[in-house]
Amino acid sequence: MADKINERQVNSIDNGRAELEDRRQIEQNNREQAMLIFEMSRDGRRAYSLPACDVPVKEGLIPDAFARRRDADLPQVSEVDVARHYTRLAGRNHGVDSSFYPLGSCTMKYNPKINEEIASLDGFTGVHPYQNEESAQGSLQVLYEMDRMLSEITGMKRVTLQPAAGAHGELTGLMIIGAYHRSRGDAARTKIVVPDSAHGTNPASAAFAGFEVVEVKSNPSGGVDIEDLKLAVGQDTAGLMLTNPNTLGLFDENIEEIARIVHDAGGLLYYDGANANAIMGICRPGDMGFDVVHLNLHKTFSTPHGGGGPGSGPVGVKEELVPFLPVPVVECENDRYWLDYDRPQTIGRVRSFYGNFGVVLKAYAYIRTMGPDGLKNVSELAVLNANYMMKRLEDSFDIPYKRICMHEFILSNKKQEHNGVRTLDIAKRLLDFGYHPPTVYFPLIVHEAMMIEPTETESKETLDSFVDALISIAREAENEPDRVRKAPYTTVVSRLDEVKAARNPVLKWGD
Amino acid sequence: MSRYIPNTQEDMEQMLSEIGLSSVDQLFTDIPEGMKLSRALDLPGSLSEMELSGLMRGLAKKNAHCGEYACFLGAGAYDHFVPAMVKQVLSKPEFYTSYTPYQPEISQGMLQAIFEYQTMICQLTGMDVSNASMYDGATAVTEAALIAVRSTGKSRLLVSQGLHPEYREVLKTYGKYNDLVIEEIPLRDGITAVSELDVMSGVKGSDGANAANTTLGDENAGKATTGKSDIAAVIVQSPNFLGAVEDLKWFGEFAASKGALSIACVDPISIALLEPPGACGIDIAAGEGQGLGNALNYGGPYLGFLAAKKAFVRKMPGRIVGQTTDNEDKRGFVLTLQAREQHIRREKAVSNICSNQALNALAAAVYMSVMGKEGIKEAANLCLQKAHYAAEKLFATGKFAKLSEAAFIKEFAVRALHEPIQAINERLLRHGIIGGLDLEKYYPKMKDCWLLAVTEKRTKQEIDDMVRIAAGGES
Repeated sequence: MADKINERQVNSIDNGRAELEDRRQIEQNNREQAMLIFEMSRDGRRAYSLPACDVPVKEGLIPDAFARRRDADLPQVSEVDVARHYTRLAGRNHGVDSSFYPLGSCTMKYNPKINEEIASLDGFTGVHPYQNEESAQGSLQVLYEMDRMLSEITGMKRVTLQPAAGAHGELTGLMIIGAYHRSRGDAARTKIVVPDSAHGTNPASAAFAGFEVVEVKSNPSGGVDIEDLKLAVGQDTAGLMLTNPNTLGLFDENIEEIARIVHDAGGLLYYDGANANAIMGICRPGDMGFDVVHLNLHKTFSTPHGGGGPGSGPVGVKEELVPFLPVPVVECENDRYWLDYDRPQTIGRVRSFYGNFGVVLKAYAYIRTMGPDGLKNVSELAVLNANYMMKRLEDSFDIPYKRICMHEFILSNKKQEHNGVRTLDIAKRLLDFGYHPPTVYFPLIVHEAMMIEPTETESKETLDSFVDALISIAREAENEPDRVRKAPYTTVVSRLDEVKAARNPVLKWGD
Repeated sequence: MSRYIPNTQEDMEQMLSEIGLSSVDQLFTDIPEGMKLSRALDLPGSLSEMELSGLMRGLAKKNAHCGEYACFLGAGAYDHFVPAMVKQVLSKPEFYTSYTPYQPEISQGMLQAIFEYQTMICQLTGMDVSNASMYDGATAVTEAALIAVRSTGKSRLLVSQGLHPEYREVLKTYGKYNDLVIEEIPLRDGITAVSELDVMSGVKGSDGANAANTTLGDENAGKATTGKSDIAAVIVQSPNFLGAVEDLKWFGEFAASKGALSIACVDPISIALLEPPGACGIDIAAGEGQGLGNALNYGGPYLGFLAAKKAFVRKMPGRIVGQTTDNEDKRGFVLTLQAREQHIRREKAVSNICSNQALNALAAAVYMSVMGKEGIKEAANLCLQKAHYAAEKLFATGKFAKLSEAAFIKEFAVRALHEPIQAINERLLRHGIIGGLDLEKYYPKMKDCWLLAVTEKRTKQEIDDMVRIAAGGES
């Protein structure tokens, strides 16, 4: 007996030592690389607890032919393992709350905390989409009022909140355009005109909606080339997709003429609202002549991007296109809200249920917080911040379109190129200063582009610090170009081999 | 100025003077005067945080919700238990305030979490590859169908009427713009009528068997012969919309025999107990991932999951995270196979999807980490036991009849013999219970039919109360 105890004690000490060694190894590894949660898994560990079954348990409820033979090999870890794992991962990620995030075209503004709290109220999170309308009046009211407010902001008649993201909104808007032409017996309108400066989603959405894409050139000042547009439109034109301000951050002064050319040809105008942060309360797509518009609530209306979603891409339309909106449409009569499915000309559904309600809710809270004057201030400051940064950078960097910009502007590496420093290198070097880099290599019509969008939620001090960092990188590119070319130095991993990732895909643990 | 706009009047003046302007209005001279809005936007005035909070709490109070009501509604959105960990992790600003991980060096956290999510979805579905998520179940199934169309070069889809009615609607909407021919396979005794399939898989347009033939465009697709056909895919949901388990293996073999792909829409909780699509010879698995740690949220945000056999990876839409190494050979993760995507290929991309539902996928990954191999089975088994208990109790009242002998997991349909469904649901609501779905709305022939979901959250007491009140007893 005594021997056995000793043996067990010895074993336990040995095990303890071995475990300590393991632990040291694990910590070592963690400094080097975060472990995958599967690598921590041990049989018998658990992070869950569920109540005992309070109804009589029966066997054989699933016929053998259908019963799962091999368990899903999900990780078995403790609750503290899960907590530390995701805390470690969060430490390896950068968000707007970490620091300045001037990612052009993405409008990485601050995400208000009260909106997160509101969206987590039980009275919103716990509502089932098929509850009867009477028991979901609060949610329906939010959807209806959001339609009204976004219609006012964009100058449209009605807005659907069903699309789950900007690209989804584009697809929805283009389907509406297609349905409109078909309803008039105008089925030969099979082409969508897209400027060469457009977001990649524009041509992709057009193709996905069954249209042929016709590209038009930009003129030397960055706007749509009017002569090229005149050649591009005709009896087969379904519409033109345009971002205004465009992806160069410039307002297209010729918008009235552009609208006239497209409308005269029988096409409709689609407004890509990716850059709507520049125009709130200042001008409206509806007044510019646009017939369809989508907004990105996760850009302009402050809802967080969530590491790549969920977004929300509402689509607004002029009166003649209202019959084609996806079903259901939220209606209101005598303060009672209801879902209207009886819409014979609808394009149908583009998503289950009513869209990303939780995202719409945060954007609703944002608009109610800002009010009309606040939204106008947003656009004014977004534009002022961008122009201020551009001005401060003009001596150190090439600015391909040197004129007053809107909410974002473009730099290129032309002054750094002779030292072999590419835009990508400048972006990577910014990481060492603790910043998220600007959007790079977009728009495609600018060689080695860097697209900077500060948003209105940043102070002059933040803008100055970032500009100072960029200027010091420009200096470094001159004096010590290799230092820039090999950046970053302070991140948890250095530059990653993307070619290897694509050539030999490892897309899950164990591949 | 708003608390979200830090620059002061003085800052603004300094900045304007640096630019060489004297007023903010001068920044907007590119906008034609006639186009400028000459009035303030007609919106309600701004609210303080306290006022906003009061307003929103008031709106929330107008809703009945699952925190106070016992929910027996399912039909594609389920009141499953969400462990506290999920909210804690999702509240980390490094995750929720970040963008799509285009700069991998400072996005390793989200990239690794998505890589783990992809792994877990593959483990659950038994498939080889998963993407980083789609908008929801409906768009995931639709994109799966488009993978099949691209892979086979055919455009005809045979779709079970057991597929969620809203998913079928979304598929039809997309189909209208992509010249897809969508034909529905009817249900018989609550499950897909496989006997119809042999007829349907013959020459296109043999519509005697087709309950709802929505032939659109494309009149010149090929003719069916044994072994080959003009069918791109056969799409089936299991458990289907009525809760019944379908024979996925049969569908996998049938589709293969016709040179078509098989697509299964599955429930991520139920497949903890059911043979997964990957083990049934299914080519593409898709579905709604809401049940994995995401709240009901009045229909969204949710996430669609999409997983496939390896052969289809380069035809898959959406973000995919891959493992690689850095300059020092350290493991790291990047967005990969981007040649499929819109920002590279523009109009030639496999899909226009850009943003997905990353944070919802993160919720799903945290949920699956917490539940693990054993927990997800245990949760699914609680659903199974309680759903069967509820069904038996309902039948025992003599007021409800069985619709199907098919096996089910957490959801089942019954016919009410005593009252219209609406009356039953209204009575339940008065007693703090959210009743099941009135199936007649989606299946006009299913009058008085009621679809009930019973998750692990429902207690015996709640089930007993629901049964008694549904059968006509007050309290």
